[in-house]
Amino acid sequence: MDEPQVKYVQRFTIFPRFLHFLVIISFLTLAVSGMALKFASERWAETVASFFGSFEVLGSLHRFMAVVTFTYFALNFVLMYQNWRKSGKSMLQFMLHKDSMIPNLNDAKELLQTFKWFFGMGPQPQYGRWTYWEKFDYMAVFWGVAVIGSTGLALWFPEQFTLVIPGYWINIATIIHSDEALLASGFIFTIHFFNTHLRPEKFPMDPVIFTGTMPLDELMHERPREYAELVAAGKLDEVIVPPTPRWFFVVSHVFGFTALAIGLTLVVSIIYSMIFLYVK
Amino acid sequence: MLKVTEKQDWMKLLLIIFALLLAVQVQNAAAMTDEDCLDCHTDPDLTVEVDGKTVQLNVDGDKYMGSVHADNSCVSCHEEADVDEAPHPYPMARVDCANCHDDIAEIFANSLHGQALEKNDPYAPKCIDCHGKHDIVSLQDKNSPTYILNVPFTCGRCHQEGSPMTLTHDIPKKNILKNFSMSIHGEGLYRKGLTVTAVCTSCHTAHNVLPHTDPNSTISRLNVVKTCMKCHANIEEAHTKIVRGELWETEPHKVPACVECHGPHQARRVLYEDSLNDLFCLKCHGNPDLKLIMANGEEKSLFVNVEDFEHSIHKEKRIACAKCHVNVDHQKNPVCRDSGKVDCSICHAQVVDLYNKSTHGMLSAKDDKNAPLCSDCHGTHGIMSKSNSESPIFARNIPELCGSCHREGEKAALRYTGTQHDIIKHYQMSIHGRGLSQSGLMVSASCTNCHTAHSMLPSSNPESSVNRNNIIEACAQCHLGIAEKFSSSIHSPSVSKTDKKLPVCNDCHTSHTISRHDTAGFRGLILDECGTCHEHETDSYFETYHGKASMLSGGEKTAKCSDCHGSHDILPAYYSESNLNRRHVVETCKKCHPGSNRKFTGYLTHATHHDRDKYPYLYYTFWGITGLLVGTFAFFGIHTLFWMPRSFRERFKKRREHSRENILKKDDDWS
Repeated sequence: MDEPQVKYVQRFTIFPRFLHFLVIISFLTLAVSGMALKFASERWAETVASFFGSFEVLGSLHRFMAVVTFTYFALNFVLMYQNWRKSGKSMLQFMLHKDSMIPNLNDAKELLQTFKWFFGMGPQPQYGRWTYWEKFDYMAVFWGVAVIGSTGLALWFPEQFTLVIPGYWINIATIIHSDEALLASGFIFTIHFFNTHLRPEKFPMDPVIFTGTMPLDELMHERPREYAELVAAGKLDEVIVPPTPRWFFVVSHVFGFTALAIGLTLVVSIIYSMIFLYVK
Repeated sequence: MLKVTEKQDWMKLLLIIFALLLAVQVQNAAAMTDEDCLDCHTDPDLTVEVDGKTVQLNVDGDKYMGSVHADNSCVSCHEEADVDEAPHPYPMARVDCANCHDDIAEIFANSLHGQALEKNDPYAPKCIDCHGKHDIVSLQDKNSPTYILNVPFTCGRCHQEGSPMTLTHDIPKKNILKNFSMSIHGEGLYRKGLTVTAVCTSCHTAHNVLPHTDPNSTISRLNVVKTCMKCHANIEEAHTKIVRGELWETEPHKVPACVECHGPHQARRVLYEDSLNDLFCLKCHGNPDLKLIMANGEEKSLFVNVEDFEHSIHKEKRIACAKCHVNVDHQKNPVCRDSGKVDCSICHAQVVDLYNKSTHGMLSAKDDKNAPLCSDCHGTHGIMSKSNSESPIFARNIPELCGSCHREGEKAALRYTGTQHDIIKHYQMSIHGRGLSQSGLMVSASCTNCHTAHSMLPSSNPESSVNRNNIIEACAQCHLGIAEKFSSSIHSPSVSKTDKKLPVCNDCHTSHTISRHDTAGFRGLILDECGTCHEHETDSYFETYHGKASMLSGGEKTAKCSDCHGSHDILPAYYSESNLNRRHVVETCKKCHPGSNRKFTGYLTHATHHDRDKYPYLYYTFWGITGLLVGTFAFFGIHTLFWMPRSFRERFKKRREHSRENILKKDDDWS
């Protein structure tokens, strides 16, 4: 194939890409520093701690990235506000729109169709702009930040929190924070990685979240409904963009692979440790 | 008949009585009475020429009548004068006191004085030279020359320095009388008027004076102790600290004789220098080439470096060679032949007694070649006080000294089977070792502070200073304050009445690797130490933030057992003095968490979510979250598992279609 023949469409503007960059940086740091403490008895945890200097450095990084997390959490509402204003719809219309991030009935339908497709009982669904698993990933961050963030604050400021809550709630907060984080990182580093990057169609990674652009061909195959809607609305030309510069494409891959490698290494360490700890 | 007989007997009796009376009268009439003698011998003009000298023959009648011999009459001694009529024959033989005092005369004859007399030594004393002639009084009489107070004068007539006798005779001791008068005995006699103090005759005897080289002499090395003990009967009791007292009676050859420390004639409580013998010894032993060829052909140097000895504590205390090398004998040549090993117990009885009960001593008793002897630690001739920084037993040098056997690879370490290894190396790195050798802090404990210098025993021995039951006492020598605190803690047997093993100092602090309690190494160890008994508590601690962080780099900073529970003063929370008691717990947490408050202290520092009964909230929270986790993963796990094969199948199908299209394309191209 000759390069000029490949057409690219814009999927993400700079703002959501920046937010996801913040998510990657903060989430990886939080996961590595947090898991090192959770699995402190493991040798890899001590390796991490001594690499950074001490557990106190890990703690400081963890708290700093917590601030970053709260920041992107807030910025996400800014993004949503902007999108809402751009759409010119009422709040409810915006939320219930088919391209909204909020799961709807169609997602349940597509989920069922997907399972049928898995078993060869039907064609792959005509996915739109957001698939149900993408919506789950997005919503999971809301849940995660809320749960892990709030308990994390309690652990960060136990002396202030216990002016209101009983001391043993700090213990409960620890369990919630730690096991919810285990769920979150376990999910991101396996399910999200597979769904988005590692499955055969995307392997080894999908750089769209960094470059913001995807080949038009891919849009036609992966998201036929969105493609069809764009064509029907005559808006396809609007989203056609020049290809991402070569250097940015390379940088995106280096960064993406690094993040993938860190995440996969961590999840392997965690799984190994859990097996080891439970066997022990 | 009967009457006549009675009359004859009575007459017979009368006759006998008469005859006896007559006989006495006749004798009286024939003998010289004392009055007869004194008739002539009170005349001052009664003189006689002997070898051109005029000798007075008068006798002081009054003195004679007051003498002990007054009742004996002149002629009982001067037998030849017993004639019927004066004058008696002249010259007469000398009075021989042995006529009556035969036992004493016999003793005297064998004595130094008697032998001299036999050899016609002009200075040899005769009986009268000491006792007088006609004026002999009881030795209880203050006027008697043999009265105790007068004895030194009587002897001094000949033995005074400068007298003709001393000028013509070789008497080994000089200034005898002067020295005696300054000795404790002389002082007692002259200044205190004590009639029980020793005078010349008390030690030398009155009549049996013999040289000290004579084994029969009361002042010979063998007998002098017995002689002194005539008065100083229980002196061994007073000397047990210095001399194993009973040796004086049982094995006197092993101990220094009294006079070796308390010079004869100069006896005082202080010891007098007696260096004469040293010079004698050094005549031979000062020669660097002096060697002994042993039975197995080996050579052994017998050289004694006098320089070493000059700086030794024994020199300072004026201990002569022969006081340690006691088996010297004048009969032998040389005098020190086969004198054998020095027995330090002669003087250092108590210490050697302790040593004998120690591992070192017990090995030595078995003739173990590795057993350290006194000299191995203290040296021989150059023995120095432990306060001398040059001494091998100076505190700072002790680790090196003990290390010469106990360092890894050395003989004591090789035969050691216990768990302590690299003892010396560890000690040198420990707070005690660094205090002593790096900071020069002389109060830092060295080997002997804990193990003692002479009673070292393995810790398993109940007598050992480092035995579990004694170690607190050993540490308390320096760390008294801590020991006192500890004694009121729950770990003290006085508080906890239990059969369980209670911890002692070295359980937590170790023995040879003791470090400051605030070092990372020690803080890391606390958890292990407490965990050996409080396993469950340590396990649950490791499930909390404090415990987890403590396992990571820099983790020594997080709260360890002792930070909350206290260390030496540790008590369960139900004691009001406990750090964890309701009254103190907020303050305890405040040490690290300045904002600590009552509710804050409700944090469960030993919480585990595995105990449903104890911590139900934690248990259910954990399982709630875990359920969520398992549910999520189960759903998406299945989702992924099914997606994967389908994806692969789709890709293969596409590839096949793609290649078929290509083939068709090619076919088109061909056509």
